[in-house]
Order: sequence, then structure tokens, then C-alpha cells
Amino acid sequence: MFERIDDDAPRVQQARSGDLASFEALVEKYEQRLFGLALRMVRQREDAQEVVQETLLSAVEHLKDYRGESSFKSWLFAIATNKALHLLRHRRSHATVPLEPRAEQDHAGLPHPDYIARWRDNPERLAELPETRKLLDAALGELDEKYRTVFLLRDVEELSTKETALALGLSETNTKVRLLRARLMLRERLTRVLGDETTRMFPDHAHG
Amino acid sequence: MTCEELLMALNEFVDGSLEPGVCDEFRDHLAGCNPCQVVVDNIRHTITLYKAGEPYELPEAFRRKLREALRARWTRVFPSR
Repeated sequence: MFERIDDDAPRVQQARSGDLASFEALVEKYEQRLFGLALRMVRQREDAQEVVQETLLSAVEHLKDYRGESSFKSWLFAIATNKALHLLRHRRSHATVPLEPRAEQDHAGLPHPDYIARWRDNPERLAELPETRKLLDAALGELDEKYRTVFLLRDVEELSTKETALALGLSETNTKVRLLRARLMLRERLTRVLGDETTRMFPDHAHG
Repeated sequence: MTCEELLMALNEFVDGSLEPGVCDEFRDHLAGCNPCQVVVDNIRHTITLYKAGEPYELPEAFRRKLREALRARWTRVFPSR
């Protein structure tokens, strides 16, 4: 895959040399998306705002350490993701369930497609319906955090596998497996609601 | 390619990063397997739908406060010469 050109590079360069206006232009460009990501992760507006603010303050502090090894966007979104995860962990700090460091190297136990049907409408039209937003948020909310985070960074924010792996401290293989699981689980959930029952298929084997 | 193998190659196919040889096998399987076709379509639609969502609006009052906080921090980190 080609390396993407980082459109932000000139602005980042100027900001790093102390130009506040350049930094504010970057804030303008990304604050909304940062808020969207944070909101989908922490699911409370106040907390999401806090994540945005903490992220950008931290960006100011560490701008001088940013060396451009990854795109500015992925650097910023990695900070936001970690702030959001930190807040989530803090929120349930009294929970006793340990985090599982189990590696997910293989595809054993992939969630197999069960409800298979064409959707009643195309995604562009569905996106305009108010009830769709609720469905999307609910489906995402049901996902385990480790799948949700990978899906948001890869498929919504369009970070590369490498950037996502770096942001989350995962291997690329692990990142890929989590993304596949996330996509399959979301497909299942959305198709149960958006699928056209009359087109439903019942394959004669456990389908994959 | 079996349905099971197709499932494992699904990500790379949807992202367009599947090796050409494997990609042909994938397409051959799809051509003869309706359920797999629909699953691939569903996955594509799922991703499109999540991308398409209207951006979440940040309250104006928060944006103002944020600018102030950032400026304050900025002058500390980058003291003017």
C-alpha cells in the first residue's frame, strides 16, 4: 500500500516552531472528529468533551516530540484513544474483572454469519434516517471495547493497520483479527434490523 | 476456496489488499455462492454506514472554553520570544 501524503505536515511544522494560528487551524480541522471518536468510546457527552480537551492540551505539551513518523492525524487520534481508554478504566476501577492479555493469533471461533439477507435500502439513504444513528450507536455499544476501538480507528477514522496497531500497542496481526471480528459482529447486528426478511438465506452448512 | 477460507480473507478483500491470486479465488467463490456475496455486501454497507454518520456537533460554549485553555497552555509551552 502507498504511504499517504500528510497534508497537515506544513501546518504541523509551523505549529512546532511556535505558531499558534497553525495549531488552531489543526484544532479546527480535527476537534469534531475527535469528539465523535471520544463520544463513541466513552458514550457520555461531558466525558467526551473532557477527552477532547485533554487530548489537545497533551498535543500542545508534546508537539515538540512529534517527529512525523506517523501522520499527525494518527498521532492525535492515538492520544485521544488512550485518554478515552484511560477514562473508561478509571470509571470501572473498582471492577475486579482482569484484562485478558490472551493473544488472538488465529481465527478460531470467529463469529460466523447467521442472519444473511440483503438490506432493505442502500446505506446512503439509511444514513439519513434518525433511527439509524441510534441503531449504529447501540450496535457499537454492544461490542467489547477492544473490538470497538479497532473498528473506530480503522473503519471510521481510516487509520492504517500499522497506525492502529501502534496507537493501541497491539501487533498488526492482532489488530486485523480484532477488526474482522468487529466487522462480523456489527454486520450481524445491523442485518438483523436492516435486512429484508424475504431475501433471507439459509445455507445448508454452518456458513462462513 | 471454501466459505470458511473466504471468511478469513474477508478483511483484505474488502480493503482491496488481497494478493491477486487469492483475490481471483475469492471472486470465483463469490460468483457461485449467494450467501457469501450477501455477507460481503453487508460488510461493505456496514462500513459505509458508520463512515457516513453526520459529525457530532460540539457545543459552541465548549469550543470557546477549549480555545482559551489551549491558548493558556500554548503560552506556557511556547513562551513568546
